[in-house]
Amino acid sequence: MSDMHPDQTIALQASGVTSVQPVARRVPIIPGTKDDGTLSEDPALRAPLVLGERSFDDVTNIVCGYAEAPIPKIWLTAFTITSSIAALGTGMILYLIITGVGVWGLNNQVDWAWDITNFVFWIGIGHAGTLISAILCLLKQNWRTAVNRAAEAMTIFAVICAGIFPGIHIGRVWFAWFLAPVPNANGIWPNFRSPLLWDVFAVSTYATVSLLFWYMGMIPDVATLRDRAALRLHKGVSRGFKMPMPLGDGLPLHFMPKPDQIRVLIYGIMALGWRFSSRHWHRYEKAYLMLAGISTPLVLSVHSIVSFDFATSIIPGWHTTIFPPYFVAGAVFGGFAMVLWLLIPLRMFLPNFSDLLTLRHLENMAKILLLTGTMVGFAYSMEFFIAWYGANEFEFAAFANNRVNPAKAPYWWAYWTMIICNVLFPQLFWFRRMRQNPLVIWIVASAVTVGMWFERFVIIVTSIHRAFLPGEWHMFFPTWVDILTFVGSCGIFLTLFLLFLKFLPIFALSEVKIVMPQSHTDDHH
Amino acid sequence: MDMKKLIDDAKTFGADYFPMFLRKPAPKFVTESGNPVFGIVAEFDETPKVFKAAKKVRDAGYSKWDVHTPFPIHDMEEAMGIKTTKLPLMAGGAAVTGLCIAILLQWGTTDWLYPTVVQGKPFEAWQPFVPVMFELAVLFTAFMCIFGMLALNGLPRFHHPLFSHERFYRVGNDRFFIAIEATDPNFDPEKTKKLLEDIGGTDITLIEDVN
Repeated sequence: MSDMHPDQTIALQASGVTSVQPVARRVPIIPGTKDDGTLSEDPALRAPLVLGERSFDDVTNIVCGYAEAPIPKIWLTAFTITSSIAALGTGMILYLIITGVGVWGLNNQVDWAWDITNFVFWIGIGHAGTLISAILCLLKQNWRTAVNRAAEAMTIFAVICAGIFPGIHIGRVWFAWFLAPVPNANGIWPNFRSPLLWDVFAVSTYATVSLLFWYMGMIPDVATLRDRAALRLHKGVSRGFKMPMPLGDGLPLHFMPKPDQIRVLIYGIMALGWRFSSRHWHRYEKAYLMLAGISTPLVLSVHSIVSFDFATSIIPGWHTTIFPPYFVAGAVFGGFAMVLWLLIPLRMFLPNFSDLLTLRHLENMAKILLLTGTMVGFAYSMEFFIAWYGANEFEFAAFANNRVNPAKAPYWWAYWTMIICNVLFPQLFWFRRMRQNPLVIWIVASAVTVGMWFERFVIIVTSIHRAFLPGEWHMFFPTWVDILTFVGSCGIFLTLFLLFLKFLPIFALSEVKIVMPQSHTDDHH
Repeated sequence: MDMKKLIDDAKTFGADYFPMFLRKPAPKFVTESGNPVFGIVAEFDETPKVFKAAKKVRDAGYSKWDVHTPFPIHDMEEAMGIKTTKLPLMAGGAAVTGLCIAILLQWGTTDWLYPTVVQGKPFEAWQPFVPVMFELAVLFTAFMCIFGMLALNGLPRFHHPLFSHERFYRVGNDRFFIAIEATDPNFDPEKTKKLLEDIGGTDITLIEDVN
């Protein structure tokens, strides 16, 4: 704040930006305007990806500033809430393990319900990160640099949440190792011809590759954090350790090491001794490109294989060939919605965030939501059309009588929630003003997140709650454990994301620098 | 390539990791305090400047030198004269390995080790094995991409003479450095320093290799 020009401070106050901007802009925010200068439709103008005419040093200060600042009160509040919810979820999982799956509302007919719904929901959300870092990398979409780190982090955390559910839904969790490709006590191996086993391979490969991709991208940026902490220690300007307190200032603890000493140790180990050598960068970029190349089919394969869990069975409503592309489109749709849902509020809370994540970025992602939402809508209608056109009465009944018709289907409300949230809401983005308004985007993203959960619920529960014989028909009612386990998984997800926001570089620093004009090797740009 | 040079290179590399077993070859240049010279570092503040300077260092015939930049500079490998990496080849090998392991794992266990008929699916069917083959090939390639990249880069390596240079701590931020190592056959403290001055480097510093 101190190094900011007084005019800029006034400009900020006038435009309603009350948050502290630690890194001064070279061009002040114009009061009263909503366009940040990135929304031009003129193809001759290339929208800047970093606003405020920042230098490399400014961008480094902005991004590293988030990880280096003392823990903000608002972060502490949010973390307290989410970690309590996460603890509640962990308690529910322990309760389930101790007592058995009977604590959920499952019954003989509906033997997959919220557990697998949550699994598919989370794994779907986990698709946006790798899509942004891999597919958009191959397509040379430079704007992805602003969101790829946060999206990849979100991917990892979503996959962690997803991984919980197959592990605990099997009943006797101490037999979870049956999923692994090892023989059991009778020398029998798992069935490699089963989609459930493919799923184990797909999800674990996806989790591993996403983690490696995320970590590899972070190596140079944690090296920057390491160097900055080391430099502060060298110059003797490091702060002492302060225990964050709910009220008032932090409590100084002199026996604790300084935060910068801890940073040098932990970031130092994470950075693996990276020293920004061009010879290293050369191999690094090759490795990054190859990872992007193999992650692209991987990300498409994962949700295809998840859809095989359903599509290879003979249950009406599941046994359709459209499932793989339909699931992949839905996953990208849900994932992008979650990225937007998480990042838009940060533009309010974190200083300078909106200079790196511009309205143009949001608009681009809104367009992807519109595209994938329309694809999903097409899949819904095509599914229904084929159910009618295929002239299989069970398949048709699975849609008409079990999902769509409010007079006959007990779960009609779930189906129509899904349609309204997933198909109708994104259509707002046909209008420029809608897709350029962060609040509208955030509301649509929330709706899509809800809708995508209901999509999986509709696919899973409405298909199996009525089998071929009416004598087998059975409703599903979630118990409090069902509900709190899902809420708890949201807590785990948000807790991990908050930890990421505070302690790791939330923008891909070196990649953001590449898309800045100063990175070009000739002076003409 | 002569054998002695190869062994010397291996020793130099190994000595960083196992100083108790391996000793580096005697240094060609030492400072007044008796420490071996690592090399000379020059600093640059703009991308075009360091890019042009790198071309000149390449043309001066140096081979053991490096440009340290906060982000990968486009076409820098060409400006430095770096040969393209073998990493794609290694990754391809890893992909084939993963594929073979998947084939062995699936055919070996279900058709040979304990043949079991499940759901009446025939033993001859290869189609159900495709997903796992794909996934394992991708997994192994990813491992090779990142661990192969680190191995070729000689990382992790937590200590490096450059880290003793305080100005070098800004390399992750906005500074560019060209470091020419003393092990380069063309290295000469005076001439190299002169070259770095001529190509526009500032804060030219001799770096000691203190272990």
